[in-house]
Amino acid sequence: MIRWLFLPMLAAMLAIGPALAVGDPADQLPNPAQEERARVIGRELRCMVCQNQSIEDSDADLARDLRRIVREQVAQGKPDDAVLRFVHERYGDFVLLKPPFKPETAILWGMPAIALLGGALLIRGMRRRRVPLAPDELTQAERDRLAQLAGRPRE
Amino acid sequence: MSEAVPNPSQAAWRRRALLLAPLAVAGLGGAGFYAMLRGLGTGDYDPRGVPSALIGKPAPDFTLPPLEGSGLPGLSAADLTAGRPVLVNFFASWCVPCVIEHPQLMRLARDGIAILGIAYKDKPEDSLGFLKRHGTPYARLGVDQPGRVAIDWGLYGVPETYLIDKSGIIRWRMAGPVTEEILAQQVTPLLRRLA
Amino acid sequence: MIPEIGHFALALALALSLAQAAVGLIGAQRADARLMGAAAPLAAGVLVAVAAAFACLVWAYVANDTTVLNVVQNSHSAKPMLYKVSGAWGNHEGSMLLWVLILALCGGAVAAFGTNLPSALQARVLGVLALVALGFLGFILGTSNPFERIWPPPMDGQGLNPILQDPGLAFHPPLLYLGYVGFAVTYAFAVAALIEGRVDAAWGRWVRPWALAAWSFLTLGIALGSWWAYYELGWGGYWFWDPVENASLMPWLAGCALLHSAIVVEKREALKTWTVFLALLAFGMSLLGTFLVRSGVLNSVHAFANDPERGTVILILLALYIGGGFLLFAWRAQAMLPTGVFTPVSREGSLVLNNLLLCSIAAVVLVGTLYPMFADLVLKEKFSVGPPFFNTAILPLAVPLIGAMALGPVLPWKRARLFPALQRLWWAALAGLAALALCLMIEGQRVGPALGFGAAAWVILAAVADIADRIALFSRPRAAWARAKGLPRAAWGGATAHAGMGVMILGLAGMGLATDTLRLVKPGETVALAGLDYRLVSVVDAPGPNFSARRATVEVRDGGTLVTVLQPERRSFPQGRMTTTEAAIHTTWLSDLYVVLGEERDGGAVLRIHNNPLAPWIWLGGAIMALGGGLSLSDRRMRVSAPAAKPVKAGARA
Repeated sequence: MIRWLFLPMLAAMLAIGPALAVGDPADQLPNPAQEERARVIGRELRCMVCQNQSIEDSDADLARDLRRIVREQVAQGKPDDAVLRFVHERYGDFVLLKPPFKPETAILWGMPAIALLGGALLIRGMRRRRVPLAPDELTQAERDRLAQLAGRPRE
Repeated sequence: MSEAVPNPSQAAWRRRALLLAPLAVAGLGGAGFYAMLRGLGTGDYDPRGVPSALIGKPAPDFTLPPLEGSGLPGLSAADLTAGRPVLVNFFASWCVPCVIEHPQLMRLARDGIAILGIAYKDKPEDSLGFLKRHGTPYARLGVDQPGRVAIDWGLYGVPETYLIDKSGIIRWRMAGPVTEEILAQQVTPLLRRLA
Repeated sequence: MIPEIGHFALALALALSLAQAAVGLIGAQRADARLMGAAAPLAAGVLVAVAAAFACLVWAYVANDTTVLNVVQNSHSAKPMLYKVSGAWGNHEGSMLLWVLILALCGGAVAAFGTNLPSALQARVLGVLALVALGFLGFILGTSNPFERIWPPPMDGQGLNPILQDPGLAFHPPLLYLGYVGFAVTYAFAVAALIEGRVDAAWGRWVRPWALAAWSFLTLGIALGSWWAYYELGWGGYWFWDPVENASLMPWLAGCALLHSAIVVEKREALKTWTVFLALLAFGMSLLGTFLVRSGVLNSVHAFANDPERGTVILILLALYIGGGFLLFAWRAQAMLPTGVFTPVSREGSLVLNNLLLCSIAAVVLVGTLYPMFADLVLKEKFSVGPPFFNTAILPLAVPLIGAMALGPVLPWKRARLFPALQRLWWAALAGLAALALCLMIEGQRVGPALGFGAAAWVILAAVADIADRIALFSRPRAAWARAKGLPRAAWGGATAHAGMGVMILGLAGMGLATDTLRLVKPGETVALAGLDYRLVSVVDAPGPNFSARRATVEVRDGGTLVTVLQPERRSFPQGRMTTTEAAIHTTWLSDLYVVLGEERDGGAVLRIHNNPLAPWIWLGGAIMALGGGLSLSDRRMRVSAPAAKPVKAGARA
């Protein structure tokens, strides 16, 4: 699959430039703690012109510009959510790799709970429907098997 | 196992519904995919096009210097609220689709529409050469060499064109070249409506 | 001439598949032994025909036959031989042909090794497989013919994307397809069971080896792809939650649930309807992936085959196979009644929990992958669903899954008590907690990696404890060796696969502590990272067969002693005007030293240096998981598959 994944991605890069470039040391913040924070923020932001990459993983021009802006604002001491909001206001929901909670994303964010709850209800329903056999009763085949397995603690 | 067994017909009905559920979900998904494929053909569904987050909002505040040697004044946010709708067009000399849309911009300019240009990440001499070759549709022209103002606009490539109404609210955005169809089907009617 | 032979062989395979489907399904329906008997030789015929077509395509690539459009678009005479061959399946048309070839191989295997199946079941399975082959052969011949000619032939081909010219990626698609297509066989068994209206322990035993094999290959394929991304893309990342990666993860999750629930069918004749559903689902997910990748509905600038017409044909095939399967399920699954009874705390109960959690994760991946598309279609809103979402949403499901996967194997069947089971694992639990505490002490605030180390210790040691317990290593150590030899391979396989998962978690946790640095370095200068000194010695030209390159030499020293010399490269390919970076990686097994060469300027070069603790264990863990699947597969009981022959099975183990 990765093959199919990267073909389109590569095609996109070709149109934009060598997005597989390595990065520029000059863009980094001198303070390692701030640089780390900037990276965490950057990983939440989508490179708009790439296929599902964050701005930290791409050297498309726009991704570089956004990386610089994130670093400037981190260096100015803005809190994480203010930096994210700055980009979100300009580029919309699409730029956030973690979609915001809102009615339109309820199913998405609710999915783990929906799946677990649905599954649990299904299991409960199945157990109720089950032919009520006496739980301890063994079938003949099981009794035979038990006889053969005698001596084995467990399988 | 101590729970009461529900009445058999109700249980059977529920079981049938459960067994049908995968088919129903798959059917809905399939219908959705079919709609996407149809939309891909007609252009209704475009996985690439991302709408601007600024539609319905006032244009961002900015001031850009003029392009030396073009004879055109620079551009700032104040120029957008001129009492009539204006187009803001981001372009660059290195951008191929910009060449494609240029004739449409020239035509709009001839029709008296105010087009305000922003040269995006372009060397001034290259921008000048571009305008010399293809003509100047712009009433004002700002130079955004670092591309910072572009980010305030939510730009993600060139060309991009924004339509701003009388009161300075962004009404429409086109990412990509303004072709003749787009001009006829979208820009002209909108300009007429907002005038 | 040879491309025409290939084209003809494909048409022949189509006709033979039609015949195979007809004799298999009609023969079984009429209980006509003669018709049913014809299905197996026909399956062999299809295999020969598809193999011939595939050989013709490979020949066209090897000979660089520029009259074939597919070769022109995807190959070049200057390419090394390995990539000429792998180029045959490095494109849409060729990969579809490979897909069908593997399907034909599976059909051949069912024909050859399925002689102990009831003849009606075998005929139906072959019939259904032929129906699947029929659809995809029709698709290839109708819309994606790899043998199309071009005239006049150009001087040479356009080349294969350089980033795909890699040995790992040459074998990635075949492994992946072995997985995807393997689930076609379990699908065929499920459809056959639905037609017959019967699922019993024997059915479970026949399905399980196929599920195991498909899952093992898929595990290897995904691991290989992830490893490739790690060393080739040069960012040190190994999993991006990209829609196309997710497309392979979904069948893996469904298949993993399937092979666990099939155990319950085999041992206890319970969860039958559910297992049939999973068998349909696993293949459905494989097909969905095919659709997503090839139809152009994904957010991608240039999808691989973003021809809506092709997409429509694949969608029709999906509707036929998935829709048909689920329709049959809705109609016929009524007939299957469960017999096995168990309490929530039991081996069965733990497997139900496993299925619940695996399927919930699959549901999250599915919804997360499709949400942007459907939100765009229905709500007209654009969202991105990326790694931060998946990491957040899946963690609460993965934690109980990992907790329970250690516990399940030590629970007895039918009814169990939690406390004695936990007693067996007390030292695994203790070690897990110790690892967690130790990591928190050393690394401070980083909870994620600490949790990972704790989970890894818990899972690996629980697998060891399980085996130790089964062979009575501590209670009767002298008999342990004899017991170890007598222990069924399936038990070894299960424990190995679980331990493999633990090893993978270990690697993931280690990668959570990865560090890197990006520096402009002049020759002779040194960069320190994670206790090691990296000295740039030189950057020189290094020509390759079809590219030119700049190669840096970096000495890595630990104090005074030389650890290794790394030579990362920047390659530029004249075909397609592309530049790639070749990371240089040295693994000490405790960590990967990973250096990438960037641009050169001001008399120096940009180096990005990563220290990736325990990174290789991620893929090694995947390989161990696949090995566990293989071990399980080699269990005698998998091969001695007579339904009513439980005595035979017991005898074989005596």
